[in-house]
Formats: sequence, structure tokens, C-alpha cells
Amino acid sequence: MKSKFKPPVGEFSKISGKCISLIGDDIDTDRIIPARFLKCVDFDSLGESVFEDDRKTLKGKHPFDLYANKDASILIVNSNFGCGSSREHAPQALIRWGIKSIIGESFADIFYSNCIAIGIPCFTLSKSSIKKIQKYISKQDLFLKIDLLNSKAISKDLEFNLEIKETSKKMFLSGEWDATTKLLDNEGLIEKKLNDLPYISFNSNSF
Amino acid sequence: MSKDTLFDKVWDLHKVANLPGGSDQIFIGLHLIHEVTSPQAFGALKDKNLKVKFPNRTVATVDHIVPTDNQSRPFKDNLAEQMIKTLENNCAEHNIKFFNIGSGKQGIVHVVAPELGLTQPGMTIACGDSHTSTHGAFGSIAFGIGTSQVRDVLASQTIAMNKLKVRQIWCENKLSTGIYAKDLILHIISQLGVKAGVGYAYEFAGPAISALSMEERMTICNMSIEGGARCGYMNPDEKTFSYIKDRLCSPQNKNWNRAIKWWKSLQSNNDSIYDDVIKLDASKVEPTVSWGITPGQSIGINQKIPSLKEIDPNDQFIAEEAYEYMGFKPGKSIKNTPIDVCFIGSCTNGRISDLRVAAKVLKNQKVANNVKAFVVPGSEKVAKEAKEEGLDKIFIDAGFQWREPGCSMCLAMNSDKLIGNQISASSSNRNFKGRQGSPNGRTLLMSPAMVAAASITGKVSDVRNFL
Repeated sequence: MKSKFKPPVGEFSKISGKCISLIGDDIDTDRIIPARFLKCVDFDSLGESVFEDDRKTLKGKHPFDLYANKDASILIVNSNFGCGSSREHAPQALIRWGIKSIIGESFADIFYSNCIAIGIPCFTLSKSSIKKIQKYISKQDLFLKIDLLNSKAISKDLEFNLEIKETSKKMFLSGEWDATTKLLDNEGLIEKKLNDLPYISFNSNSF
Repeated sequence: MSKDTLFDKVWDLHKVANLPGGSDQIFIGLHLIHEVTSPQAFGALKDKNLKVKFPNRTVATVDHIVPTDNQSRPFKDNLAEQMIKTLENNCAEHNIKFFNIGSGKQGIVHVVAPELGLTQPGMTIACGDSHTSTHGAFGSIAFGIGTSQVRDVLASQTIAMNKLKVRQIWCENKLSTGIYAKDLILHIISQLGVKAGVGYAYEFAGPAISALSMEERMTICNMSIEGGARCGYMNPDEKTFSYIKDRLCSPQNKNWNRAIKWWKSLQSNNDSIYDDVIKLDASKVEPTVSWGITPGQSIGINQKIPSLKEIDPNDQFIAEEAYEYMGFKPGKSIKNTPIDVCFIGSCTNGRISDLRVAAKVLKNQKVANNVKAFVVPGSEKVAKEAKEEGLDKIFIDAGFQWREPGCSMCLAMNSDKLIGNQISASSSNRNFKGRQGSPNGRTLLMSPAMVAAASITGKVSDVRNFL
């Protein structure tokens, strides 16, 4: 475990850090954080349990156990990362371990929204570019600088045009990615919507 | 871009505003919560000094952590006890209806809401659980959300979301005898893959879907998420209406006719436009069993585990991982694979019709030696009905353990777990590595009828030989 976790706040425009590569498609949220660690009423202790079963199986050789990766913060993954359960515990475990951003071929929908909601920008790149990055990391350290405004990732040897959903990008650049306040700004419209929906009036609430 | 589908209509109806970043603010008609993904959301409300905006639009039950053997309080597991207590306190503090153990209405959240009539066509339904897609069987737009979004729904009854694309999956013809909804959805996912649904809502349609009962439809929509689709749905029809009629929370008297009229207007138009359409022939589906570590790695009972060269290049990496984890060789038959544990239950297949089908197979039969078999009804109501019909006795006489309702070994958050590298025949939804509680446990997904057949022979067997 690294230094005490502080949740990200405010505007994001640049992210830089060392990359950690995790090879594999369809890595599900049960693998990211096995269900037994969901027995908690806060997220505080999740960082140390990230990938617990995969790490035990690999006996110290899992990327999240390698000494060389201890300060890494940009996770490089393959396709459909975070599929399965909606547990926000998965990105919460990753962020507490030290992951600040993820670059992958593709992400599962709910996992992606959970990452954005807690301040982990997720970018996509083509299969071949991810392969190139993962090959590079297998031989030497990779430090990436991500420029969110221009969606570019640069290192001393590599340069990529990243893709990120326009809505997510705007949210991070404006610092308005903490949704609750934005949603409550429309309080009047919410009340109106409630009154307009037909089913609100015809349902019986006789529990 | 899709147009005039049920998804479009319901989405547009629930849209509150365009948010500055470009996503839509969507009103959530029904919010379901449980003990695992809600405590941190209530914590966040407290931190922000916010109230629950519309407490009567949220309903709670407890399912993931409940023991299925001894449910007396306090639970033996301190953490589980702490979680149920936290939910009890949060619901009491915020005036949220909570169906607790012993209320007669507790159970797996996706079994409970439909059986109470809470789930209805045209609603948006959200829950901190990916299998919320289940409720789409009624023509609602239902999807799983994370804890931050649970917080948002509690605080504002809305979430920020980008509209999904719509893919229609048209299922031609009908399923043959001995083939169930579970076989069809496993087949669909095996054909389309586990990531094809990313960014999509799936509309299931066609004669094979119309022929399904509501509970079978729930099985299909439940597993949309295993195909990558956060949301799956079907257009409501007479079967939908008659399932809902006279349930506790369904529209009564004069309101019933108003409701039906409105529900019918929501059906996708004949000339609606989809982002994509896929057709498949349901009459070709066999009893289907998963062989790997994703639900997409599923084959018909008479098929062999595919070799790498038979697999799409994009799926070869996970296939190699699956061979190794499962200890299965390509070219091997899935039929006759020995089984250690049989599990019938879950939000996919823990409803009364699932229990009836399995009991029919098990009547006057015995569970094979060395097989541990247990059945976990999806809710207290399912358990009660099953007992009234004498199904519990059939299961027990066959050698099954009859348990109390909960999620149980679908995800093994309670003490129901695989041990070591045991293989389970399971009516649940996920065969991920370690999913059923042992880091090297192995799961074969199949229909409840197929689980029942496997329990008798002790190996993967074609249930059609038992009907």
C-alpha cells in the first residue's frame, strides 16, 4: 500500500506517471476485487486486496506485486476490461492501489462509468497500439504524459492519439465530474418530471 | 441512430435535461438497493449533508450476504451482520421501505421487485447491481449502476448517462422441448461474444421470445450484461400484463386500464429504426453449457470444446487462459464432465418456474454419490410457493439441501462456496475465475433442468433424456 489515499478533485488536464501493463482480455471485476472483499461498509481497505486471487496464484509475479511497478499509476489493459459485476469496489480498489488513469482497447460500460464517477479517466487505443505499449513495457520502464485537452500520450520514444468519450473529457477538463451537484442544479426540472410521468400516479404503493 | 424503439420512447420520456458535459440527465422511476453497494452511497450523502430526495421511489432488500442455512440474528459472520445492520439503519433513517428477512417479501432484489409488481413497463429502473437488466423483461429500461451513481439516485432521483445504441436480437422459430431460456441466452452470448453489447441496449424479439413465459424472459434479460449490454429488454405484451395484474404494487381498478393503454403505446413501432439487427434461429439451440471462464465460452451439449483455430482471433487469448484454468483440453466433449457441486438458484434461475422444472427432473431420482447439491429459492415468496407445491420435498428426497433465499453461491459472499478446484453445475450467471468462492473453483453454467440432470448422474448430461 502506498501513502494514504486522497480522492481526486477538480480539474484534470494533464496526467503523468509510470505505466503498468496487465495483459489479458475480459478481465472481470470479480478478478479485480473478489466478492469476499465486498463485505465492507466503506472502500478504505480495498487497495491492498486488488487482484488478490490472481496475485496469490502468480506468487509474487503478478504485475501489481512487482517491485518495479510499485510507483506505477497508468494502467495499460486489453479489451473489455472491467466486465461483469457493477461493483464500484473494483475501480475504488485500483485507485487506492495508486492507479490514476487507464488506457485500454475497450472497457465494459458500467466499469467505465464507475471510473469516470470517481475520477479515473479511461482512454482507448487500437489493439496494435496497446500491443506496442505492452511490448515496450516488457523491456523497459515507460513514463507517459497524457494531455487530456489534445488527447495525446507522449513518452520519450512513443506518441499516441488517445480516444476518450467527449462527455468524459469535458467533465474532467471543467472539473465538473462530481455529478451530484450538477444533477441537483436541475431540482425544479426533476420535480416536474416526477409529476409528468404517467406511472407515478397509477401505481399502488401498498407495500 | 435508433428511433421509435421502446428504448427511445422510455429514454426520451425520462430525460430531465441535457447536462453541460453532453450527457443526459435521466430520471429513475424505481431505485432498488441492497446491502453491498449502498452503504458507501449513504455515507457520501451524509458527507455532503444531503437527504434522500424521494424516499418512496427507493426500495431495499438484503440478498448478497445473507446466510442460507441459519438466518438467525446476529449472523455468525460479523461483517455480514454489520452490513445488514447498516442497511437497516440507513433505511430507517431515510424512511426507505426495507423488505427484511422474515417479512415474506425478502429475496434477491431482481426476483423480489417483479413479484411485488414494482417492476412495470415503461419505467427506468436502476440498482447497484449489474443484473438489474433482468427487469427489462417487462419493457422497462433497467440497468446496473455503481455506488457513486447510487448516491446520485438517492440524492436527486436522476443520473448522468449517455444514451445507448439499440441492437435488436430477433429470435426466429421456437425453442425445442428440453431447451430453456438459459440455453438460448448462453447460445446468444456464445454467438455474439461478451463484448458485443458494450454501448448497446439489447431488444430481444421474435417468435421465440414471444413464446417465453415472463420468468423465462427475465432469465434472458438478466444475462444481457454477460453479453456486454448494460440493458436488455422486451416489448410488453399480454403475458407481461397478466403477470403484473393483481400484484401488491401493481395498478388497481380504474388505474389498471390506464396503465395497459399506456404500456401498449411504449412498444417499439413496426417501422422503428435500430442501430443494428441480428437474427438467429432458436430451433437450432441445444442444451447449452459453459466450458470456460466467460459466459461466451459456451457450447451445445453435443459439441466439443473448440480448438484455438476454431475461435475468433480476438477471443483466443481468453480461450487459452480458459483451457489452463479449467483443465479442459480443446476437442474434449463437455458431456460427461464430472461434477462435484450442483447449485440451483440466483437472480438468473431462482424463480418458481425454475424450481418446478428442476423438481420435475428430480422426482423419484437420487443425487449421485459424492455430489453436493443444494437449492436456494430466489425469494421468501418463491420458497413459500415451492413448499405449498411440495417441491421442497422432491428436492430433499432426491438428496438436495433446501436452503433459505439469497444470492448464495452465485457469487459466494456468504459461506456457500466451492472448495479447491471443485467443478459446479450452476444455474447462475457467471463462470469467472474464482466467482464461486474458491480462487481455483470451476463453474459450468447451465439451465436448472440441466443442473438437476447433472446432479443425478454426477456428470454433465443431456436433460432431454430425463424428460
